[in-house]
Order: sequence, then structure tokens, then C-alpha cells
Amino acid sequence: MSQSYDRGLVEDFGRWREFSAGMWAWIFHKFTGWVLIGYLFTHIAVLSTATVGTTAYTNTISGLESLLVVRFLEVGLLAVAVFHILNGLRLLFVDLGVGLEAQDKSFYASLVLTGAIVVASVPTFLAGAI
Amino acid sequence: MSTQVTEQEQAEAEEESTHQRRRLAEKAERQEVRDRMRERAETDLERADTVFDLKVFRYDPDIPEKEDPRFDTFPVPFTKGMTVLDALMYARDHYDSSLTFRHSCRQAVCGSDALFVNGTQHLGCKTQVVDLGDSEGVPGQIRVEPLPHQEVVKDLVVDMEHFYDQMDAVEPYFDADELPSGELEEQRQTRENREKIKMSARCIWCGACMSSCNIAAGDNEYLGPAAINKAYKFAMDDREGENRKQERLEIIEQEHGVWRCQTQFSCTEVCPKDIPLTEHIQELKREAVKNNLKFW
Repeated sequence: MSQSYDRGLVEDFGRWREFSAGMWAWIFHKFTGWVLIGYLFTHIAVLSTATVGTTAYTNTISGLESLLVVRFLEVGLLAVAVFHILNGLRLLFVDLGVGLEAQDKSFYASLVLTGAIVVASVPTFLAGAI
Repeated sequence: MSTQVTEQEQAEAEEESTHQRRRLAEKAERQEVRDRMRERAETDLERADTVFDLKVFRYDPDIPEKEDPRFDTFPVPFTKGMTVLDALMYARDHYDSSLTFRHSCRQAVCGSDALFVNGTQHLGCKTQVVDLGDSEGVPGQIRVEPLPHQEVVKDLVVDMEHFYDQMDAVEPYFDADELPSGELEEQRQTRENREKIKMSARCIWCGACMSSCNIAAGDNEYLGPAAINKAYKFAMDDREGENRKQERLEIIEQEHGVWRCQTQFSCTEVCPKDIPLTEHIQELKREAVKNNLKFW
């Protein structure tokens, strides 16, 4: 063999349209995981500056809640967390070797359930903001 | 003396010209065959009810004009029952005899023609052209590429060396702790145990799973689905005995063993022999945990 050609990362993310359920589940799980970590650190940073006294805390919280964008971000956070939890349960079953032939269906189920929970939560999160 | 030399030279020249003539004749004959095949293809195309385009990845490092990877498109007349391998062979025989791909048994047993067809790993001989189309049947175009994540040697031929190295790393051979005492005594396996490893034994070493695995693409040391499946076949074989199983578990529970698997199910989706690869990897993960966690 004189020489060979490295095609590099053909297939990988350039062919996302052809991804199967398991691959999407993996991508969403990674993505939501990183979002949750990001949220965790923001959460600690913001609230640690507000814990100087009761009024400061209340002011910070009500200040944030008065912003419409924060209300929408909360809905997004719920969506991310719910999907991560449901897919985490799915992965738990995969690890236990239960229902592996239905792994794609359980992924779709966790997506649908996430959607339903998020839609149901919208009135609560946006109440008083709009 | 001088006449001798001239005679010798003359004889050599004559011999050379005979060679030359024969070579030219052979070349002309080959050209004739090629022309005939191409003509035949033209008649085939005229007569065929359905024609589809076979778009093939081409690369040949030995010829300067073919050094840059490109796609060639060959029109192929569809015949009932045609597989992707049949289409490739039609293109090779009628258009370009230099089109290179591996194939042997043509019945999904030898595992040499795993290809990247329309963006998914398939066995060329097992994939019907009609199955690649939508409900209307034969697709307008089929794209055939070499397996991703492996170095391309020529056209559709990839270097399988790394794949075979990973397979060898799990010691893929039966190796029992104790051999039966009698010379002709058989090492019988229970029916239940055979059922357990039945699917894992179907592997044909085609490399489709390894090529589809995102993790194997990023981590060259990862054993990969095929090798782990092979390890499963022997680790789950009751006849080998406890000591050997322990050694096998030590191989698969290394850092780049079973724990790299992130259950994307890509390998299970593409396996042409329908081996539940992810299931086997997950079972070995549980075995590895059980092997290391002792609560007594």
C-alpha cells in the first residue's frame, strides 16, 4: 500500500438528518447536561450575592421575575431538566438491560412527555408576566 | 565480430518488436472488449424499464489524475432482485474495470463488502436496490462510499488493519480452563448456554458497527462493538471456566473497553446480522460491575 486517504469525520455531524433515535437521545442528553451545569453555576453565582439579607434576597428574586425573558428562560430550564430526567430514566433501563429493543420508542416517549409537561407549566411560569 | 553484434542486435530488436506487437494486440483486444461492454450497456439502458444512477466514491493514489477523491456516476439498468453489489459489478464490468471494491461470497457470509450506502453502513450483497428507494421503488440515485472512519486504500476499499487489531485484542478463540480427559470426549455446551451466545456468534467481521460508532471514531483505543461482542461470545461460554472468564473480564473492563460505550445504538442499527450489540456491551458492563463490587 503506497498511500491511503483519510476521509476524516465524514458521516458524523454533517449527516444529522440521517441520525437514528439513539443518536439523537445521546446528543440531547449531552446538551441538556451541559445546560444544567451552566445553570447550576449561574444559580450559585446569582444567589450567593443575594444572601446578605432578607430584603436583598427578595429584591433580587422579584427583580429577576419581573423580566419577561427570565420567565421564558425558566420554561426552557424546565424543558431541559425534564428531558434530562426522563432520558436518564431511559438510560437507567438501558443499563439494566430492560427493554432495549424499545429504546427508540422510549426516547420518543420522553420527548412527548417533556413537551406535555412544559406546555402544562406555561400558565404557571408566565402568570402575571404578560 | 561486428556482424555478430549486429545480428544479435537485430535478433533482439526483432524479439522486442514481437513483444511489442503482442502487447499492442492484447491492448487492442482489451479495448475492443471494453467497447463491446459499453455498447452492451447502451443497449441494456435502452431496453431497461428502470435506470438509476450509481454514484461511487473514487480514489487511486497510484495514478496522478485520480489522486484527488471524486465521485463517478454510472447509469445502471435495474433488474429485479438487484443488490448494491450487483450494481457495482455491473458498473465495473461495463464502464470502468478499474473500479475497486471487495466482495466474495455474495450472500452476507464473508463480510467483505460493508459499504457506506446513502449515508448508512450496509452490506452491498444484502442490500436490495429497491429497499433504498421510497414507496415508488427504485431510487433515482444511490451513493456508495467506503466505510467512514477508516483510511481509504483505493475506491471503496478501506484499510481494516485497526479493526482486526481490536478483534485480536480480546483473544477471540475458545480457550477452556480444563480439557476433557478422554481423547475423543466432546466439550458439550448446554442448549441454554448456546442460546445465550447464539446471536453474538453470528458476527462476520465486516466492520460496519465499528464504522458507525461515534465513540470509536474519536477514541482509537476503544475496542469497539465488534470486538466487545466477540469477547461476550467467549466470556459467556460456560465451558471455558471461571479463571478464563476472569481474564476475559479484565480485558473488557479496561479504560478503553466496555465503559467507552455511550449507548447510541448506532452499531445495533447497522449490524447486517442483527446482533444486539448494545445489549451485549451493557451485559458485559453489568458483569464487570458484579466482578468488582463485593458487599461481603
